[in-house]
Amino acid sequence: MSAASTEDVVPITVEFSGGLEMLFSNERKHKLSIAAKDESGLNSNVAFLVRYLCDNLMKDPRKDLFVLDGTVCVVPEHVLSPALTIQRRPGILVLINDADWELEGEDKYEIQKGDNILFVSTLHGG
Amino acid sequence: MTSRDAQIVSLRNQIASCEVQLQRLRDQLLEAENDRDISSRDTSGQISLGLGEIAPESLPAEASEGSSHQQNGDKVVKLWPLDKHEYRRYGRQLIMPEIGLTGQLRLKSSSVLVVGAGGLGCPAAAYLAGAGVGMIGLIDGDTVEESNLHRQILHSTERVAMPKVDSAIASLRSLNPTVKYIPYHTRLTAEIALDIFEKYDVILDCTDTPASRYLISDACVLSQKPLVSASALRTDGQLMVLNNPPLPPGHAQGGPCYRCVFPKPPPAASVVSCGDGGILGPVVGTMGVLQALETIKIIAKGIQRYSDFDSTYLQKGLPSGNSVPDPHRLSEPPSLLLFSAFSNPPFRSIRLRTRKAKCSACSAQTTVTREALKSGSLDYVQFCGAVSPVDALAATERVSVEEYSRIRDGSIPAEDTKTMPTEHILVDVREKVQFELCNLDGSMNIPYSIVARSSSSESGKPSSQAPSEDDWVAQLRTLANDKPIYVVCRLGNDSQLAVRKMKEMGLDSGGTRWIGDIRNGLRAWMKRIDPDFPEY
Repeated sequence: MSAASTEDVVPITVEFSGGLEMLFSNERKHKLSIAAKDESGLNSNVAFLVRYLCDNLMKDPRKDLFVLDGTVCVVPEHVLSPALTIQRRPGILVLINDADWELEGEDKYEIQKGDNILFVSTLHGG
Repeated sequence: MTSRDAQIVSLRNQIASCEVQLQRLRDQLLEAENDRDISSRDTSGQISLGLGEIAPESLPAEASEGSSHQQNGDKVVKLWPLDKHEYRRYGRQLIMPEIGLTGQLRLKSSSVLVVGAGGLGCPAAAYLAGAGVGMIGLIDGDTVEESNLHRQILHSTERVAMPKVDSAIASLRSLNPTVKYIPYHTRLTAEIALDIFEKYDVILDCTDTPASRYLISDACVLSQKPLVSASALRTDGQLMVLNNPPLPPGHAQGGPCYRCVFPKPPPAASVVSCGDGGILGPVVGTMGVLQALETIKIIAKGIQRYSDFDSTYLQKGLPSGNSVPDPHRLSEPPSLLLFSAFSNPPFRSIRLRTRKAKCSACSAQTTVTREALKSGSLDYVQFCGAVSPVDALAATERVSVEEYSRIRDGSIPAEDTKTMPTEHILVDVREKVQFELCNLDGSMNIPYSIVARSSSSESGKPSSQAPSEDDWVAQLRTLANDKPIYVVCRLGNDSQLAVRKMKEMGLDSGGTRWIGDIRNGLRAWMKRIDPDFPEY
């Protein structure tokens, strides 16, 4: 592998909890490498990651259990505007390195090497 | 019902009513003893320090012994802030700097409301009673069921069918009779929430629905009470301390509320209950114990009040002069504790946001008002969306358990079958672990989670994408494709959705093969056909 190609990707850990793991082959922890730049050459952010997860990691067709507007995921990549915001589905928290994404810039947060992104579904049982 | 069953029911009822009666007598005894002690104290000129109740078990013999009491003629004068028995009972926590005498006195003069006497409420209330909280209120409208007992540790086998609140208080009273217990035999509603919450210092959300979680949070904001909220499902739990410090709406220094963290409720269909998803006793127990711990921390440290904050501090967010709140009393920054019993590490703490500037409950722009709450105009059930019963199939696509039973024994032919009447395929769409618990002879298991995961547009796409997920479709296709398919599940909801999906996948061979479900599922089969079939 050339030095250039390792710079093209960002290795990260993505985790799912609170039942969301069921949508991702029942695996809680996924080690991934995503492209460092999105379709328009900007640094990959959380919105890009969510699209990536929908299109590549999520085998389950029930996209609406993960994102608010399921159509976001099936739009071909070249049509998709990077400015289009992806909304988490209500009841899901997105946590960037153990902090609520609202503290980190939400979906605009630019993914860094080694980041841990955790998606948690709220529980209601008691 | 057999006469033996009737006898069992009757005995259960008798025991339950005796328990209630016993409890009433204990209440009366405690009250009478308190009255006696108070009146004897008044007549003896004893100095009252106004630090709480008198323990029923402090005996006169005990009161005159030791150095803690000074002789004053024949009368004893109390010099110590706690009763003698309290030093013994709470000694192990009293010697800890985190509690100490001040903490114990705060616990004793505090009152805590536990909403829900289930898997969270039982352990939470037990530790709070044990720690010597002065007054504990319990709200729950349910009765004890056998399936509660593996996790709801205050209830017991002989108290099945008793109101949960009464059962819990009976246990708590034997644990610590000096605490005052207040029962509320009802579900919490918006109309009554504020009147009840105002009597307490800290509120614990130990409920199990999104609607109650929003209601409790709103009522805590309006009544300015800290909220200790927890939840659990399967092997996971979550814990948050909200609205702490409990400042009025619009004060940025107040702790975030449930709506700040979750402004919108999750889709109703995505909410899974413990009854459907399962729950491990120690998992929910851990979360309830942690709620008690957070509550004890909040009380022992001293609840921060509005008056603790200087107005300039509130406005500028900066400490000013002498009125800086004691740093030891400052609330910890808001966080969410995640517990995942089968992960390593099992605990994880997440930093949460502070109050949301546009929160509909705790910001200056609040739309959740006392009047709206009390009048019942805020419909929490509607806000969270009620799950309507699944009604996906036409009557011709469904059979009753009686009809299906006759099809099985061959007395009526299976749908559209002219050949062997018993020739049909029975598909059980419960999850594998449930299928292994019990199933009908000859049924094949295709869990609904696998059915739902299959994409119905798959037929148009190359099947190489997810070949394993199509296995079940291929299997059903190759099994004599004229045989009707009967689909069954636990209650008769997933079975309907599975039938829909099978038809979308073209398994009905363009309508020539009958596919339908068994109405009300295996629960109805157990109730109406085979009483020996396990109910879980």
